[in-house]
Amino acid sequence: MTGVRVGLVCSRVRVEEKLLLAALADRPGVEVVRVDDDQLQAVLAGPGDGPAGEDALRACDVVLLRSLSHSRQVALAHLLQAWGVPSLNRAAVLETCGDKVRTTLALALAGVPTPPARVAFTVESALEAVEALGYPCVVKPTTGSWGRLVSRLTDRDGAEAVLEHKAVLGGPQDRIFYLQAHVDKPGRDLRAFVIADRTVAVIARRSAHWVTNTARGAVAEAVAVTPELDALCRRAAAAVGGGALAVDLLEGPDGLLVNEVNATMEFRNSVGPTGVDIPGLLVAQALALVEARRCV
Amino acid sequence: MTADPVTAAACPECQAAVALAPDTLDGEIVPCGECLAELEVVTAVPPTLALAPDVEEDWGE
Ligand SMILES: Nc1ncnc2c1ncn2[C@@H]1O[C@H](COP(=O)(O)OP(=O)(O)OP(=O)(O)O)[C@@H](O)[C@H]1O
Repeated sequence: MTGVRVGLVCSRVRVEEKLLLAALADRPGVEVVRVDDDQLQAVLAGPGDGPAGEDALRACDVVLLRSLSHSRQVALAHLLQAWGVPSLNRAAVLETCGDKVRTTLALALAGVPTPPARVAFTVESALEAVEALGYPCVVKPTTGSWGRLVSRLTDRDGAEAVLEHKAVLGGPQDRIFYLQAHVDKPGRDLRAFVIADRTVAVIARRSAHWVTNTARGAVAEAVAVTPELDALCRRAAAAVGGGALAVDLLEGPDGLLVNEVNATMEFRNSVGPTGVDIPGLLVAQALALVEARRCV
Repeated sequence: MTADPVTAAACPECQAAVALAPDTLDGEIVPCGECLAELEVVTAVPPTLALAPDVEEDWGE
């Protein structure tokens, strides 16, 4: 394809963004427009020409949103949608994946197996939910990542302490208590990369700690994409609206459960073990979106 | 031969000289070798560094 302008919005150039820029540089006929979201401003209403960052993004054929902040990503995705510029993941998908209450609802509605989970809004009702789920169970921020503040509650005393601290020391979002049954997993969880309805790679993240994020030091190893895994991951991705997604799974005693779905995948630790060119596939998918629009 | 471009900048925390690799991009994070502060490359050319912001609640995947 010739004369394609691909926008990359990011706050920082991490390993992922460098790999994406390298994958874009490999594509002849692609012009890359980098926009720093710290500098960006855009006209929502009222007079005024588009500020520089807005003009640059409006002129793009497709945009890769790679902001660190989920809230920014959602705002940016809505701007792009309003301007008619496609992004790799749509605003609604970012909103669903960025909120564990919505993710779990979407998975449950679609009949995708996921651990039992509840939501409550006061310490007292959250404690009731904990007792109903049974110990151990897990409390998580509704929005958050890298395993931050994901806590395992093993008894009533601990549960009271954690929930009360959240209620007193946290903000309004911390009083949306997202509670999930603990899954007795084999020292690892699975992370599948689904791009355009295809499970392109799966890794296992192994750690001696029960929280197995690679951001927290877990080690990644490649896992074969079985037909069962592929089917389940594609269903999970479709349940949240589809796109380019990272599906996290837990291997429970009774089978695979989808824990959550991430819309801004990190892949630095997955390319090596799997040998799959994830950044290249993301770029290919972005270009496919442009192609599809040009063919209409 | 032309002179090498300047490839080091002062750490905003401890003033140590932080060398930037030739392929450094604006927006990258580099550690200061002396005080270990996380630094953000504001511009690679000319090299300008700022303290990287702390992780916020909604950062991540
Ligand atoms: N219900 C559970 N049972 C067992 N382990 C769990 C459970 N929930 C989370 N974990 C462990 O904790 C880790 C972090 O949890 P989770 O992925 O829900 O949080 P996160 O902060 O959203 O992480 P991510 O960066 O993947 O978005 C998981 O990778 C898994 O190893």
